[in-house]
Amino acid sequence: MSAGAIDASGAVGQPRRPTRSRPVALARRRGVSILMVTLTCLAAAVAVVPLVVILVYLLKQGASALSLSFFTSMPKPVGEAGGGMANAIIGTLILIGIASAVGLPVGIGAGLYLAERRGTRLANLVRFLADVLNGLPSIVMGIFAWQFLVRPVGHFSALAGGAAIGAMMIPLVTRTTEEMVRTVPQSLREAALALGYPRWRTSLQIVLRTALGGIVTGVLVAVARVAGETAPLLFTALGNQFWSTKISQPIAALPLQIFTYAISPYEEQHAQAWAGALVLITLVLVISIVARVVTRARLGGGHD
Amino acid sequence: MTAAKMETGSDAGPLSEGRTDAGRAEVSPAAQQDRRRAGRIDVEHFDFWYGKSQALFDINLRIAPRAVTAFIGPSGCGKSTFLRSINRMNELIPGARRSGVIRLDEENIYEKGMDVVTLRQRVGMVFQRWNPFPKSIYDNVAYGPRINAAPRRQELDALVESALRRAALWDEVKDRLRDSALALSGGQQQRLCIARALANDPEVLLLDEPASALDPVATQKVEELVYELKRDLTIVIVTHNLQQAARISDRTAFFYLGRLVEMEDTQRLFTSPREERTEAYITGRFG
Repeated sequence: MSAGAIDASGAVGQPRRPTRSRPVALARRRGVSILMVTLTCLAAAVAVVPLVVILVYLLKQGASALSLSFFTSMPKPVGEAGGGMANAIIGTLILIGIASAVGLPVGIGAGLYLAERRGTRLANLVRFLADVLNGLPSIVMGIFAWQFLVRPVGHFSALAGGAAIGAMMIPLVTRTTEEMVRTVPQSLREAALALGYPRWRTSLQIVLRTALGGIVTGVLVAVARVAGETAPLLFTALGNQFWSTKISQPIAALPLQIFTYAISPYEEQHAQAWAGALVLITLVLVISIVARVVTRARLGGGHD
Repeated sequence: MTAAKMETGSDAGPLSEGRTDAGRAEVSPAAQQDRRRAGRIDVEHFDFWYGKSQALFDINLRIAPRAVTAFIGPSGCGKSTFLRSINRMNELIPGARRSGVIRLDEENIYEKGMDVVTLRQRVGMVFQRWNPFPKSIYDNVAYGPRINAAPRRQELDALVESALRRAALWDEVKDRLRDSALALSGGQQQRLCIARALANDPEVLLLDEPASALDPVATQKVEELVYELKRDLTIVIVTHNLQQAARISDRTAFFYLGRLVEMEDTQRLFTSPREERTEAYITGRFG
């Protein structure tokens, strides 16, 4: 084999015969391939490192303060042992409920519009604005909610908090709905229209229902995203040391409680904050896993 | 009268029955009720554009009721476009425009007063690629009647059964009506789509290459079905398969480059075409 047969630098302009691989070029290509695979594999591993580290650390720090009473009892005054975050857990669930009531109808409706009327000027504008809204810092959302929902009323409320994080759900739900509705084959729409279905009914009964599995996944992901939001709640839901389920009153929430306890000077409260964080991340993980299962069940179910 | 009705009702069933000439002369109960709804189509000076490019040029033809009319021609000749104009499915395409008149039983379907939803109930359509909804067999057939007629439960059951019988699918699926429609074979899914269209009790059935993706056995079943259905329906079928057109149609229209070249009795068109282009096409010299 002659060394002159190849140009290792791969200079442009050298005539090459693509049909025949020369041994050295082959070895080089293999080397580059192995290198790239290693690099991307490494990057993939690093990508999941934060989650693993957080989970392990939270388990170590929070598990000790975690017990059944953490879920059922109220916060205890400083110095007393035990106590839990029952109010914050129920508060977070209520906030998620309010947020969904605000975010889902608007988000799904907007997504359906974007997908079914794609290409129109209004659809393009709305899509762009939804992306901007998606990138809006959550604290800005909180300030706006305070300005329009807290100040006129005169006091903080769960409603304002739910509305703030509900508004954050809108762009997320809008874009997933749009993506999912787009995957519904045109032939299904035609089938329904050819049966004499009005356009609106086709969209709701055929298109939306076919895309429902994907939309549910998107909704759950959006819920998981906003469940941990803290900044918008600081100005709106405020937090509450007591048991409250009134949506017109300030309400406790896990992220707020974690924040309060984490900056307090007491060791017991730090432990409680770790436990709260563990519960919150578990909640988010469970929602994400449910989202996955829902998607898979739907994909597998079609063929039965 | 009741007895006669029952007889004709059962006649609409499995393929094995009603192949005699006497059977063919009979008319379905639906058609008896409403003779005015014959399903005759008259087309005058019909043009069609996709944006700036014109797809159809001055189409004039008449489609006879209760007969099979086949549209043939090379790809892109406008036969599918024209078929989709008959139930206004082309309206969904952005930039689509048309001029001219299509009459269904003397009514201009493009007139302002014509409700497109009603039109599509009267003019059913089956597509090249079968497209059942991802639901049960029963629900697929019940879809049209459910919203268009809103019948009671028992009526709906009867409607579903009769539509499936007319589509010659009942015997194959009667024990698994609740199973997913997607579990059926391709040929069965296509006949399910035909049943779904029949459940609306249309006057006209448009078939857009209904068998081109099916195997020979399934194709034969669809063809037999078309032969059965023309007793009470006007059927228009687009096909690439010339033998198929020759086998099942009464009249054949040859389209070329957006124009209707020739429309004749099928027998005559295939044996002694008037136009040279038709002859060239059917003898395989182009297309």
